[in-house]
Amino acid sequence: MQILKECILYLLKKSLYLPVTMSSSSNLVAMKKIVQQLRFEASINRVKVSQAAADLQQFCMQNAMQDPLLTGVSSSTNPFRPQKVCSFL
Amino acid sequence: MRGVTSARQQHQLAEAGEPWWRQRESERKRPNTRTSSTIPSPLCASSLKMACQALQSGESLATLKNESDSLKKKLEEERAKLHDVELNQVAEKVELVSALSIRTRRVLKGHGNKVLCMDWCKDKRRLVSSSQDGKVIVWDGYTLNKEHAVTMPCTWVMACAYAPSGCAVACGGLDNKCSVYPLSLDKNENLAAKKKSVAMHTNYLSGCSFTNSDMQLLTSSGDGTCALWDVESGQLLQSFHGHTADVLSLNLAPSETGNTFVSGGCDKKANVWDMRSGQNVQSFETHDSDINCVKYYPTGDAFASASDDGTCRLYDLRADREVAVYQKDSIIFGASSVDFSLSGRLLFAGYNDYTINVWDVLKGNRISVLFGHENRVSCVKVSPDGTSFASASWDTSLRIWA
Repeated sequence: MQILKECILYLLKKSLYLPVTMSSSSNLVAMKKIVQQLRFEASINRVKVSQAAADLQQFCMQNAMQDPLLTGVSSSTNPFRPQKVCSFL
Repeated sequence: MRGVTSARQQHQLAEAGEPWWRQRESERKRPNTRTSSTIPSPLCASSLKMACQALQSGESLATLKNESDSLKKKLEEERAKLHDVELNQVAEKVELVSALSIRTRRVLKGHGNKVLCMDWCKDKRRLVSSSQDGKVIVWDGYTLNKEHAVTMPCTWVMACAYAPSGCAVACGGLDNKCSVYPLSLDKNENLAAKKKSVAMHTNYLSGCSFTNSDMQLLTSSGDGTCALWDVESGQLLQSFHGHTADVLSLNLAPSETGNTFVSGGCDKKANVWDMRSGQNVQSFETHDSDINCVKYYPTGDAFASASDDGTCRLYDLRADREVAVYQKDSIIFGASSVDFSLSGRLLFAGYNDYTINVWDVLKGNRISVLFGHENRVSCVKVSPDGTSFASASWDTSLRIWA
């Protein structure tokens, strides 16, 4: 009788319980990781958008003159513009 | 080509001749997460114990879930609090960008099949490009000479990168590996013989980039992870887990701002990582579809992303939120690639409708549309000195615009 019970238990474990326990514990681990990650993300320091946007704008303005694609460069200085024939001076 | 979301798109891609594995990949969007259920057993002590354990984990699972929900809400509130103004409002007083005279200056022909990726060399004239047929070619952009050509043993070489020294190129794709080829000045030398396999992933390689030196290589893969490798030994130095689907793109922060990089993937998320610890520092999820490309702003305080939903978005890292969306109702095709000009004022984005749009980063409006390619634009990169940008396309050519 006891042996029969053990056999039934063993078969049930194989088919039913083991997967359930494993999925719940792996879900637990995954969930813990997600919560830890969220805690970390919630703790970072943030700046207001107005401040961040102002800084982006300032960088753009400061470097606008050094941006060849923005200001356009003359054919002589841009290496990719139509090549002129080289002449020895 | 990047990610597939709807059945309609899948059908379109199937017609366009997408490889079978790409379509399958898209179906596997998220890992299967079953919610736990406790099944009490009346049978005997050991099974009862197991049932008790299951019950315990079930309880703490519920509390964890509550905590994660409340944290997510708190994060949203924190981010919303800082949203006092829009970027284009701040930039109202800024002058409009005058008409740009950008045209195709060079057309690089030589690939036999779709060009999937390209990269500039630090010397501002050489480029490396890789294509679907496995060929990797190093070009001289000024003279149109092909300096080196390597045939990879696999097809769909989706990632290629030039080493900072200009002495090597890294490339990879369907072979799940990233290999480094040292470039020699001797034309007769067989480059393939000197190949060094550095990275090993369990799925296709979607992106690779050297860090500040030739010694370390950062890769992203369809297996959902990014990894940092030592080139000499091939050892894995750090791996980055967090994406729940294929990672399609990565970009290193400009060297002044430290050791971080951003990655974007099919899970619609863009994650910022700390290279040393492997920690996911920030995460952004506002796109409606796969993120095909991510690129840092020149200061490293923000980054832009291009997605299959047809929009490009700018995320500010210090404000920890999206600050601009670059979209138009007339743009219905996905954006495959983005890059900033040197000052960060212009955003060049390549789309699947064969065009390249130039956006004003601050004001949010489209400055111009560049036509020329005869098929999807797969990659757009501004040259290191900012004088030009190159675009790679499925029409087998590369174009240099200035």
